[in-house]
Amino acid sequence: MTEAPKQAQTPQSRAGTKKELPEHFKAYKHVWVFIESEHGAVHPVSYELLGEGRKLADKRGVELAAVVLGCDKDANAAAAAASFEFGADVVYIVTDPALSHYRNEAFTKAMTDLVNAYKPEILLLGATTLGRDLAGSVATTLLTGLTADCTELAIDDEGSLAATRPTFGGSLLCTILTLNYRPQMATVRPRVLPMPQRQEGRRGRIVECSLNLAEDDIVTKVVRFIADRESNKAQLAYADIVVAGGLGLRSAENFQLVKSLAEVLGAEYGGSRPLVQKGWITSDRQIGQTGKTIRPKLYIAAGISGAIQHRVGVEGADLIVAINTDPNAPIFDFAHVGIVADAIQLLPALTEAFRKHLSVNRLAG
Amino acid sequence: MIEERFDAIVVGAGPSGNAAAYTMAKEGLKVLQLERGEYPGSKNVQGAILYANALEKLIPDFRDDAPLERHIIEQRLWTMDDTSYIGMHYRSEDFNEERPNRYTIIRAQFDKWFSRKVRDAGAVLLCETTVKELLRDARGKVIGVKTDRDGGMVFADVVILGEGVNGIVGQRSGLRPELKPESVALAVKEMHFLPREVIESRFNLKGNEGTVIEAMGTITAGMTGTGFLYTNQESISVGIGCLVSDFAESGMTPYGLLEAFKNHPSIRPLLANSECKEYAAHLIPEGGYNAIPEIYGDGWIVVGDAGQFVNAVHREGSNLAMTTGRIAGETVVWLKRRREELSKANLAEYKRRLDETFVIKDLKKYKKIPEFLHRNKQVFGLYPKLLSAAAQTWFRVDGADKLSKEKEILKSFRKGRTLPGLIGDAVKLARAWR
Amino acid sequence: MHIVVCMKQVPDSAQIRVHPVTNTIMRQGVPTIINPYDLFAIEEAMRWRDRFGGEVTVLTMGPPMAEESLRKALTFGVDRAVLLTDRYFAGSDTLATSFALAAALRKISQEFGEPLMVFTGKQTIDGDTAQVGPGIAKRLGLHQLTYVSRIAEIDPAGRRITVERRAEGGVQVLSTRLPALITILEGVNEIRRGTLDDAYRAARAKIVTWSAADAGIADFSKCGLRGSPTIVKKVFAPAPRSEKAYQIPAGELSMEAIAEKTMQEIFKRQPAIETDLMRFSAGQ
Ligand SMILES: Cc1cc2nc3c(=O)[nH]c(=O)nc-3n(C[C@H](O)[C@H](O)[C@H](O)COP(=O)(O)OP(=O)(O)OC[C@H]3O[C@@H](n4cnc5c(N)ncnc54)[C@H](O)[C@@H]3O)c2cc1C
Ligand SMILES: Cc1cc2nc3c(=O)[nH]c(=O)nc-3n(C[C@H](O)[C@H](O)[C@H](O)COP(=O)(O)OP(=O)(O)OC[C@H]3O[C@@H](n4cnc5c(N)ncnc54)[C@H](O)[C@@H]3O)c2cc1C
Ligand SMILES: Nc1ncnc2c1ncn2[C@@H]1O[C@H](COP(=O)(O)O)[C@@H](O)[C@H]1O
Repeated sequence: MTEAPKQAQTPQSRAGTKKELPEHFKAYKHVWVFIESEHGAVHPVSYELLGEGRKLADKRGVELAAVVLGCDKDANAAAAAASFEFGADVVYIVTDPALSHYRNEAFTKAMTDLVNAYKPEILLLGATTLGRDLAGSVATTLLTGLTADCTELAIDDEGSLAATRPTFGGSLLCTILTLNYRPQMATVRPRVLPMPQRQEGRRGRIVECSLNLAEDDIVTKVVRFIADRESNKAQLAYADIVVAGGLGLRSAENFQLVKSLAEVLGAEYGGSRPLVQKGWITSDRQIGQTGKTIRPKLYIAAGISGAIQHRVGVEGADLIVAINTDPNAPIFDFAHVGIVADAIQLLPALTEAFRKHLSVNRLAG
Repeated sequence: MIEERFDAIVVGAGPSGNAAAYTMAKEGLKVLQLERGEYPGSKNVQGAILYANALEKLIPDFRDDAPLERHIIEQRLWTMDDTSYIGMHYRSEDFNEERPNRYTIIRAQFDKWFSRKVRDAGAVLLCETTVKELLRDARGKVIGVKTDRDGGMVFADVVILGEGVNGIVGQRSGLRPELKPESVALAVKEMHFLPREVIESRFNLKGNEGTVIEAMGTITAGMTGTGFLYTNQESISVGIGCLVSDFAESGMTPYGLLEAFKNHPSIRPLLANSECKEYAAHLIPEGGYNAIPEIYGDGWIVVGDAGQFVNAVHREGSNLAMTTGRIAGETVVWLKRRREELSKANLAEYKRRLDETFVIKDLKKYKKIPEFLHRNKQVFGLYPKLLSAAAQTWFRVDGADKLSKEKEILKSFRKGRTLPGLIGDAVKLARAWR
Repeated sequence: MHIVVCMKQVPDSAQIRVHPVTNTIMRQGVPTIINPYDLFAIEEAMRWRDRFGGEVTVLTMGPPMAEESLRKALTFGVDRAVLLTDRYFAGSDTLATSFALAAALRKISQEFGEPLMVFTGKQTIDGDTAQVGPGIAKRLGLHQLTYVSRIAEIDPAGRRITVERRAEGGVQVLSTRLPALITILEGVNEIRRGTLDDAYRAARAKIVTWSAADAGIADFSKCGLRGSPTIVKKVFAPAPRSEKAYQIPAGELSMEAIAEKTMQEIFKRQPAIETDLMRFSAGQ
């Protein structure tokens, strides 16, 4: 991937260099999804991956399996049940105290042992800090290919995984194959894929496995875990409504206007990267290629030009409303509704309009 | 502070600074070059024209590896009014010679290449290092510079200032007066990217052939200035510039002017569906001979734009910069060889040598031009209109006989600018040119 | 204390242009920079060196011109720069990259002393995978600490380190044994400006340059294209969205009127939002 652009000129020649899958890899079958669960809760990205994994498995005519690693039997069972309802046929469970907190050594061991034992052809993980940490080590241990931060997964005509991802900070996309190594690994960021329908009561096969690793053999210890305080914890990725501001707001003070509107709408607020660099907002509120990807029902962008790196983070939104003084701002190329106006004036007016509307209707009904 | 002492410190890594540093380093002098930009050329306006001759004198075989865009085989001089242009085009196969005379270049790349040559010759270049002031000894002789980095002092026998048109060092140190608005032009320029093939078909070029368009007329809205357009390999440089004083008067913005120029019916098709990247504004000293400040003194020499060495009429600058830089370098080498001190008296040799070159001769020749153009704005407004009208009358076939057409044209000229006026302009221009 | 920082020279992606016709990158004139994320790793390394004494070495695998970036790192004040360059490396993906870098790191420990820590940036802006770090750790058997937002304490003698690691929904405080590979999170510090002497030293410094063979690589089939399991099938520009945004006719209207129109337009297109809002505001 690091050399993607160099290949751009002569892609065929390179793809052409390898074709036939070596014998020992022919045994690799089925699509796997790593179920990420920390502190008892399953990360939604895992379900999004099951949704996509289901499609890939059907296209390949193979099974979809979920991998659940953890220390708590009940939590694992619950994760397994959920995985079935989101489309898994099989769930591999490893229950071991060493898996209580995420640690690279333990999880890498568990994961690689499973892969070597049951040989999946495709292995998908969420591109979270945990998923990326784990995927990198697993791929290197297995000496196979890994495509990070994919925005689209497909099965090509030869039946291999075609993973499409942004490169060069989003200015370009590239499609990557892992032709003659297995498993074909990919990570996908939260909210890039839609949340699949949950099929209540759907069941499947469970395979219990064990971790052959004693706590004493694990050098790294978790001293403690400091959970983000709810207050400053940005739920951006999963918010239904997001209001964001950009440099067009001109000052940290004016950014308050974004927060006010967000408050009335019960929305999350965020911003473009320069605002993080200027310290107007914290980095966990940056939206875009190197920040959060969001998929809200409504995204309101005020004073954001809509650079490609920002665009790739918000395109999944159902409705994009852009406020910008420049009628030619690129954001109007992908927004659904545009207002050419001064956000510093319009934001308060909009906040007021919503507040009125809501209070009126509250009195009415 | 850098303990080591240098033979020469060169401020700036543009064409002039590079020429000076290269000349001295090649002759074994210990040279330190300081550049404000992140890398040489990073602070420079992009596409430009390179005149081979001045560079050949420094690096005869530069064609082997210099990043050249296209060699120019066609020159178009346009006089434009709002809807038309009347032009003089010259295109010749002879320009497809083994050692072409003019090239389009992209400054950021060219300056980088030039700078590499300078370093290979042995000079040490420090980028992202801005010279704040000159250091002088008790007698007022310049003995080094102070930079903006911590521990930022460094010493040398001579400081060569190639800091460009509005270099603050020279001004701060009182070596030269502040720029006068009527003797600098503000030029804005854009790069428009297009596939190679498109450029070649639009301008009827093949291989690395290139075209240059230089335009004057109503495009500068009555201000003293010109517009230009060069073809690079995968891009087109387009820009326009006018005297700062005129902008001040007219209250017009350079960018607005450029927009209008780009949208002129004769220009727009040439730029169609291109992707614009890099917008740059930069000053060009256009005061000519009369604006040249003190260019040498006790322990210092000024080269390039910093010394107002630009031939506005022919849009030559980098070649004057390289030449002044080279001569300055040669002078220092010569004095060092003869174990002479780099005093004001001795550095007068630099001026003496310059007088013998085209630099001073040309600038002298056009001494009066800036003045003339500044005072005779009709050149940019009225004449283009008249010319275009005349041409139209002439080419339109409408049953009127040719004799009356000629009469009509003459009349229009007289009406536009009385006969004495016309003659006067002609005479004045001729004088200025002489 | 010897710290090695892996850094990469990347094209400034803010300035990448795509050929309108062929959809390939127009590299012409695209400037290269030090991967912005790596600057945090470089500064962090220098801070610990300044505290405990020792050396910082920067390591890059890349084309010969990557020397520019290494020299730049020297102007910041790092002590040594190593360039790993060889045509065999062309076309490396992350697996092949970590293979080559791991080899160079072994060589560095022989030549210049074993590093107590190897730093990388969080990710590159061209490859953008955040995999090379973990790859190196795995290959050298270093303890892996990714997304480190703060190094709480280092005990060089006891060879232990405690860090704060950005995890989902919180910060993990991890303690492990050195040597370790640490990927530094962005924004934890600001790269310093070197002194005039740093700049001067950097300008003349000799960049240690190694070929694959120099780095002790015997099996070239693990390098570059051949050593890369992933294959770039095609590179293309994101498809532009067909229709442009519907413009709320602002014209002469007052801000209030525009706001009203905007709200109505939103409710018209996403009725669900209005009902959700009702519920939300009722709940308050
Ligand atoms: C590798 C890389 C990764 C990046 N990742 C991200 C990322 O994840 N997220 C991200 O956002 N950016 C990212 N960027 C930066 C991105 O390229 C842009 O620079 C950035 O998004 C621009 O932010 P902006 O739109 O707020 O500012 P600008 O581009 O300056 O836009 C300001 C806009 O506000 C408008 N405006 C001005 N005044 C007003 C007013 N009063 N009312 C309304 N509108 C007004 C202007 O017309 C303009 O369109 C990345 C860049 C790189 C190189
Ligand atoms: C729009 C435009 C188009 C032009 N087109 C042409 C053309 O086609 N052909 C042509 O021959 N000429 C052209 N010129 C003129 C030409 O660019 C200049 O004459 C030439 O660049 C002068 O070179 P120089 O080295 O004197 O100054 P510059 O090229 O300006 O270099 C000065 C350098 O010094 C550095 N510097 C300044 N101050 C400091 C400091 N205090 N400390 C350290 N470094 C410092 C700057 O960063 C810069 O790199 C054009 C100019 C403009 C503005
Ligand atoms: N070619 C390279 N040379 C040196 N370090 C690299 C190289 N590629 C990646 N790295 C390091 O690995 C980190 C992650 O890169 P990536 O996996 O490409 O996102 C970067 O921040 C660098 O510190």
